[in-house]
Amino acid sequence: MANLKDAGHLFRMAAVFVVGIVLFLVLRGIFVPRSFGQYGHYRGAALAEIASKPIMFAGHGTCESCHIDVQEVKSKGVHARVACESCHGPLAKHADDPTALQPPKLDVAVLCVRCHEANLAKPKAFPQVVSAEHSGGVVCDTCHKPHSPRIADADTASAENPSGDSK
Amino acid sequence: MNITRRRLLYLLPAAAIAWDSLIAGAPEAAPNYNMTDHWWGLLMDITKCIGCGTCVQACQAENNVPDGYFRTWVERYHVADWSIENPIVDSPDGGKHGFPPLETEGGKSFYVPKMCNHCADSPCTQVCPVGATFVSPDGVVLVDQKYCLGCRYCIQACPYGCRFLNPETNTASKCTLCYHRINKGLTTACCETCPTGTRQLVDLKNPNDPVHKFIETHSVQVLKPHLATQAKVFYYGLDGSVR
Repeated sequence: MANLKDAGHLFRMAAVFVVGIVLFLVLRGIFVPRSFGQYGHYRGAALAEIASKPIMFAGHGTCESCHIDVQEVKSKGVHARVACESCHGPLAKHADDPTALQPPKLDVAVLCVRCHEANLAKPKAFPQVVSAEHSGGVVCDTCHKPHSPRIADADTASAENPSGDSK
Repeated sequence: MNITRRRLLYLLPAAAIAWDSLIAGAPEAAPNYNMTDHWWGLLMDITKCIGCGTCVQACQAENNVPDGYFRTWVERYHVADWSIENPIVDSPDGGKHGFPPLETEGGKSFYVPKMCNHCADSPCTQVCPVGATFVSPDGVVLVDQKYCLGCRYCIQACPYGCRFLNPETNTASKCTLCYHRINKGLTTACCETCPTGTRQLVDLKNPNDPVHKFIETHSVQVLKPHLATQAKVFYYGLDGSVR
């Protein structure tokens, strides 16, 4: 017993350690989010947070579910694989509620040359024009219809439409 | 209540358990999306890129990227002669509004779209001191905006220069491979709007993905392969001058 009485300072030391460890666990419980370490050394909940951000571009599949007529014209032309929102811009809000946001009017003078202005770095097979010399100031969509821009295609399309023939 | 030393010792662990179960809610899972079924990457077909900058604009619109900062950008390379060690590279405003005409003729010139390579063994995630950036189970390198301190270690560590400090949040920011879109079965904003099909999202765990098949059967290259970062943005038609 005499020995234990002398060892009192050791018990006090041990008590300090226990308090320290408990305090550590409490603070850890408060400050470390529960999902930390769920998948790795990071907060697992961050994945769901990043995944829940709003979408701006609806995707051409969504557009085509309503605008079937445009899709039909486009699918036969050389712009078949150009997505709607490449030119029309982000329209997820319009897809959610067509009345909420009307697509803005497009400026062909800007849009067409964004891709088709001649530049030596572009692939040689890609159709390019020097816009200043190409049309003499006539706006692109006077001749080229953006959804099916090849002039021969456009001619047959406009010849077909007034007569009402589908083919 | 009279709190004695003994009672405090009982109370503290109880408080810890209470905090743990009450404060931190369980994370919500994305419906119909199983992370372990995917391993995302991207194909860049350089032979198709026309440097229009649509991808850069789309990325900015989709992800609210501040002006002057880029999660993706397009570079124009010009190699005047045989020396691929000395290309002339320009990228005015990230190529967002296209490129001015080339002044020098001859040699070869081409566009190279760049973005986060979503490395499987990424240097940026390894240096983060707080676990704020990580490779997700589906192979996307992401930043936890709530956990990031803004210390910039990751920005220095990225060998591709794909990270920046967002001046609005003062946290590291980068391409998320449109994680919020690919979770819902959509493609990324840049792939969606690319008019020539230069950019194509690929699921490296899906053997039936046509882009996966393309990578499997064609000569592709990643950027800076000597760094062994296990980059997952594959370039088709890449010239040796590209850094």
